Amino acid sequence: MTNAASATNDSSSTPTIAVRGLWKIFGPAEHKVIGTPDADLTRAELLAKTRSTVGVRDVSFDVSPGEVFVVMGLSGSGKSTLVRCLTRLIEPTAGEVLLDGEDIGKASSARLRELRRHRFAMVFQHFGLLPHRRVIDNVAYGLEIRGEDRATRHARAREMISLVGLEGHDNSYPDQLSGGMQQRVGLARALAVDPEVMLFDEPFSALDPLIRRDMQNEVIRLHHEVGKTMIFITHDLAEALKLGDHIVIMRDGAIVQRGKPAELVGAPADEYVADFVRDVPRSHVLTLRWIMRDRQDDDATDGPEFSADTIIRDAIGAAIATDKPIRVIADGTLVGVVDRVQILTAVAGSGGAP
Amino acid sequence: MSAAAATGRLLPSLPRSAWIVLLSAVTAILWIAFAGQYTLPHDNDAATFETINDIREWIDANRNSNIILVVFVTGIRTLITAIFNVFLAVLQGLTWPGLITITAALGLVIGGLRLAALTGLGVLAFGVLGLWNASVDTLALTFTAVLLSLAIGIPLGIVAGRNDRFLAAIQPILDTMQIMPTFAYLAPFALFFLIGPATAAIVTMIYSVPPAIRITALGIRSVAPATVEAATSMGSTARQLLAKVQLPMARQTIVLGINQTIMMALSMVVITALVDAPGLGKDIIRSFQKNDVGQAFDAGLAIVIMAIILDRLTSRASERVDPARRATRPTPPGQTRRFAIVGLVASIVAVAIGTFVLGGGDFPDEIRFTFRGPVNDVTGWVTFNFYFLTEAIKNGVSYGLLNPLQTILTSAPWWLVVATIGGIAFLLSGLRPAVIAIVCLLVTIRIELWQHSMETLTMVLVATGLTLVIGGAFGVLSARSDRFAAFLRPLLDGAQTLPAFVYLVPAVALFGPTRFTGIVAAIIYAIPPVIRLVEIGIRTVPVAVIEAATAAGSTPRQLLWKVQLPMARPALLVAANQGIILVLAMVVVGGLVGAQALGYDVVAGFARRDFFGEGLAAGIAIVLLGIMLDRITQGAGTRQSTAEARPAVARRGA
Repeated sequence: MTNAASATNDSSSTPTIAVRGLWKIFGPAEHKVIGTPDADLTRAELLAKTRSTVGVRDVSFDVSPGEVFVVMGLSGSGKSTLVRCLTRLIEPTAGEVLLDGEDIGKASSARLRELRRHRFAMVFQHFGLLPHRRVIDNVAYGLEIRGEDRATRHARAREMISLVGLEGHDNSYPDQLSGGMQQRVGLARALAVDPEVMLFDEPFSALDPLIRRDMQNEVIRLHHEVGKTMIFITHDLAEALKLGDHIVIMRDGAIVQRGKPAELVGAPADEYVADFVRDVPRSHVLTLRWIMRDRQDDDATDGPEFSADTIIRDAIGAAIATDKPIRVIADGTLVGVVDRVQILTAVAGSGGAP
Repeated sequence: MSAAAATGRLLPSLPRSAWIVLLSAVTAILWIAFAGQYTLPHDNDAATFETINDIREWIDANRNSNIILVVFVTGIRTLITAIFNVFLAVLQGLTWPGLITITAALGLVIGGLRLAALTGLGVLAFGVLGLWNASVDTLALTFTAVLLSLAIGIPLGIVAGRNDRFLAAIQPILDTMQIMPTFAYLAPFALFFLIGPATAAIVTMIYSVPPAIRITALGIRSVAPATVEAATSMGSTARQLLAKVQLPMARQTIVLGINQTIMMALSMVVITALVDAPGLGKDIIRSFQKNDVGQAFDAGLAIVIMAIILDRLTSRASERVDPARRATRPTPPGQTRRFAIVGLVASIVAVAIGTFVLGGGDFPDEIRFTFRGPVNDVTGWVTFNFYFLTEAIKNGVSYGLLNPLQTILTSAPWWLVVATIGGIAFLLSGLRPAVIAIVCLLVTIRIELWQHSMETLTMVLVATGLTLVIGGAFGVLSARSDRFAAFLRPLLDGAQTLPAFVYLVPAVALFGPTRFTGIVAAIIYAIPPVIRLVEIGIRTVPVAVIEAATAAGSTPRQLLWKVQLPMARPALLVAANQGIILVLAMVVVGGLVGAQALGYDVVAGFARRDFFGEGLAAGIAIVLLGIMLDRITQGAGTRQSTAEARPAVARRGA
């Protein structure tokens, strides 16, 4: 059931990953803060008082099967700590992480290894490739450590290498490849174990902008082809909006807002998020639902019809072609209209900040 | 931080310089008042020495009856002697043509034709110098010590690389093993394991195991955390992580550790000639006894050649396993295999010729070359023609520095010396080092070696002072001139691969067997690292700071004194610490060539049975001096650097 098509059905199915009240505190007071009044202190206050730092503060969210779930925040916001807590690369201080209902926090070290080998795979910012192994043996590493024989794992590795577009580089060593190609190896390595969930920890931050765009498109393509559930960490809002089905924004270890891309841009929860999304081209993210007005009696009733979930950008052509207002339809009924005034306002509002 | 805090807390009212002036003044007044009283003159028949002699008698008498002695002492001794004999038998069994060819073949496979020529001709030189058997003995002993060091060091290093607590626990032990002058622990081990190759291998191991542990741990620790995390996230077990990720990635560093271990072992193996270990060291000691510099030169040269061969072979091997090199400069395909086949065939042929044609005989006497005549001629000429110069230097240092300082230290009341050194330690480094220094001095008094310790301390202080002045000047020069640095670098590289013992040879050639000779050898020995540290300290001053100072209109001189040297202070203090430890190690070796005091006591302890107790006690006194000097200078280094780097933290601690 994990395929691209299921990305849209959210609330009905059980989440692939459910995080409940997750905390991570670094420092001597790790286990002495939660449940006391100290838990409400800000990060700086807590550091001054207990010499301990909050990495993740009481975070909860659900990730539906097959969706791309983006965690976004500036450096130091706790997003990398959060993703590491999911597979206990960093041991959480408190809270639950459920994978298909199984509490990962309670898994024995053998069971945890089992989960890491078969159910999760991670792609890292700095690749984490093994410099002494050829590309093919890097990709096959996860299969090798779970005991698959050489022929099987090499066959699978070759398949993955061609899936990420690295044919012919099987026998190269990582340091002979460019940064973008190395991260393709990282992708292939993660895909090779056929995981249920893929975790991306700022995988493209170390790459040049053009290569980064290629790699983002590559992830979108792979997501369509293999339909994995993906949790994607980034500090780049454009990347988050481009890839995410759902996005959470973190600050000082806590979630400040969650929602679909359009919800973040259309209705920022606070100044912090508003600051983030100020420079985003609104017409590229918002749907007609966000700018439509009520139909008035003198509006023409034979204008073009568009779904309320249409991105504004995609309706511009139609709005130019006709004088009549666009009729916005949701669930078969007319919910509002959009004319050039609304569209131009949305387009002008993009990048309108000084 | 703690040292600074302690000093700050206990001396709140006056600046440190004022306390130094006060301490000097009080010391001077007390010295004038009490000079010549409360001294502790040396006594060769002190009770401590007799007690140690009695212990020795008891051990000798019960060596074969006491169960603990039989199991631990005799057992270990037998095992190590057996390993040594196997190495020796193999090396001898290869015969001289075989050993030369095999070394050349190793050079060929590891580094190509040039390295093959170097290593092959190098081993040939052992024979030509007439030192074949002694060289093979030294090799066998070195290999024994290295095998033991690696067998213990690599597993411990792996544990230390993966376990923070274990590393923290062994760190001070390794420090102590490395600062202890090698000379010092020969006697205690000889006491239990008797003289011979077994004791030699054990004491060598004490010296050469720390780098094996440290560098292995470093290699494991320097594997990129991202890679370890990636492998963990994929579900590697601890064992898989070690075997498939950490060890392969640390391979180059570990080979480098083997290189260091071999070099340390070789330099120590030579000194163990004092406990009757066979090999080149014996030739050197014998030559010194006859004051025959030329003969010592031959043996010294053989040691240098051996050091170069072993160093080049292992350092090239470590380059070869570097993955980065494989990517950028791959060896032509097939070449390694071709070289390997050629080398293997040549080696088999050579061993066969050596065994069947030459009957396994010795290196032929007809092929012989010795530097003995020419070196003695040159030495004689230099001594004759530059007598006035060497004599002037020797007398200048002796009468200008050594004698006055020694008079002060030995004629002052013992309690004044203890209190003053304690005070200096406190002002420089804080309370803990001061307590350690005082305890070390009191133990020295207890084992009845006060006067000799003060004499050795005199030599150490003078030699360290000269080392820092000369080495500091060279370090500044090479930091400011790339050309000078490039000229100096191969000399420094060479100097650091040589076993310490070798430095005695030129010193004896110039100054004859006197107290001053040990000081000269110590200076030559300790200068290279001091130059290095000073140069690095000055060169690592950030470019931005230099630019800012230059833009403000500093002259080069102002730049040096107001910017570079102050900012290089932590490195300079490390240089002082290193210098003082190296000087101490070498000054006591000077006991072999006419220096008096503790070094001579150790040498005499091996030469004469009734002096054994005094020699062993002198070894302990040397260790005490080493610990004291190390703590005083090390504390000064950490105090300064932390106080400056993190003033906020230091203040909070106070």
